[in-house]
Amino acid sequence: MSAIKKKKRLGKEHLHRVIDLCRSVHEKGLDPFLVEVDDIIEIIQTYFPEWDNPEELCLDAETVHQLASTIKLQSEWVKHRSTSLYTDPFLIEEKLRKLPLEEIEAIFLNSWHPIVELEQISAKSLADSVKYWQNLVPLHQRWQNSTQFQTEAGTTTFEELVKQQIIAKEEFSNELEQFWMELRAKKVDDEKIEYWDFIGAPTYEETVERAYMTSFLVTYGYATLEVDRLEEMVFIKPFKKPRQKVDLKQAASLPIAVSFNDWSSWKEGVKK
Amino acid sequence: MRKKTYYATQIKRAAHLLFFKSHRKPGMKGWELKKKLGASYPRILALLNSNLDKLDLQVKTIFEEGVPETKPTQEQLDRARFYVTLRGSITSKESKMMGWRIDDIAGLTVTIATVIAKKGRAPREEVERLLRDKLPNWRVSSNIDRYIRAGYIDEDEKGNLYLDWRTRAEVEEKTLLDLLMTK
Repeated sequence: MSAIKKKKRLGKEHLHRVIDLCRSVHEKGLDPFLVEVDDIIEIIQTYFPEWDNPEELCLDAETVHQLASTIKLQSEWVKHRSTSLYTDPFLIEEKLRKLPLEEIEAIFLNSWHPIVELEQISAKSLADSVKYWQNLVPLHQRWQNSTQFQTEAGTTTFEELVKQQIIAKEEFSNELEQFWMELRAKKVDDEKIEYWDFIGAPTYEETVERAYMTSFLVTYGYATLEVDRLEEMVFIKPFKKPRQKVDLKQAASLPIAVSFNDWSSWKEGVKK
Repeated sequence: MRKKTYYATQIKRAAHLLFFKSHRKPGMKGWELKKKLGASYPRILALLNSNLDKLDLQVKTIFEEGVPETKPTQEQLDRARFYVTLRGSITSKESKMMGWRIDDIAGLTVTIATVIAKKGRAPREEVERLLRDKLPNWRVSSNIDRYIRAGYIDEDEKGNLYLDWRTRAEVEEKTLLDLLMTK
């Protein structure tokens, strides 16, 4: 039993040594013919019947793989030796050691044809760069824009924040509810009101703001629009209760222009 | 445009494209020249080459897969890189004007020759050991780094040196080895 174990241990050591040898030939660019392929194949064959567990079989496969890579290297080596570029590396090294620097330099200069390249600025690129420079904002101004100033923490009032438009005076939903109440109060005939009569306001800005809010009233189910195509009039009709579910199949967008001219015509009509 | 005028204009364009550096590396790829000069770019480059002859310059083609044994195909030309190089050689005085010291050039020769002799890959330590024979220790490593930066050689992850694009474009490897062996 112990003799088998001893043979196995010896075999593993052998295979590890073979792997190391093949790897060093590969990595250090040594002569691959230093590896005696026949001897190694014999070693692999000798120990192969001893291997029974997966770990040992993997070691055997790795050895075969490394040996195959070395044989490939030997084939490349032979090919290289047969080319005109092959010169014995030891001979080259000896030559390089013996030759003075001046001679080595002369040899190189005879086989050197340096690339000719230019790096020159053109009139066009100069003109472009001047244009860029003229449009470039001075550094202190650019830095000023991006600098964040540290300020002391303080207190402010609700009115001040509304004034600075940081927060809205009222929450949007509250505002929308109030707008809906206003619509319900304003409706006249047949529980509906003409669109322009509802959104129209003394100033154009205010009219646009009311048209904007009205669009949300319709979208969120607080009201609906009715179009009289013959008279080319649009009416807005509030619901008694907001409708939560909108029928998507029948949903349609209705663009209504609120231009300054429309507002002016409406205002003149009101005055009349 | 008449044929003669067309070629004269295209030769000028080709000269601008090859002389002026537009990428990190000098020269241009075949497909780039095709885009800018048209499908007849090999003919335009041949004409430029004969014009450059008077100035001791040449258009050099470096193929990706090494020099083809037969006439290169259109695909091989498109993948190749074209440079303008010196046709003849330069003197030691001229090389000094280009910013190269005698020991820089000798060190480069030793490096290139060792890499070629070692079948294209030589351990950096081995090259450094060889250079230390004639160069001060502190210059050896910095010189190799300089050759790497210039594109003459490169280093792989295992610390082996191999020839890079500039050596392939500028150095006649066979002439270099032959001259070394005859000394």
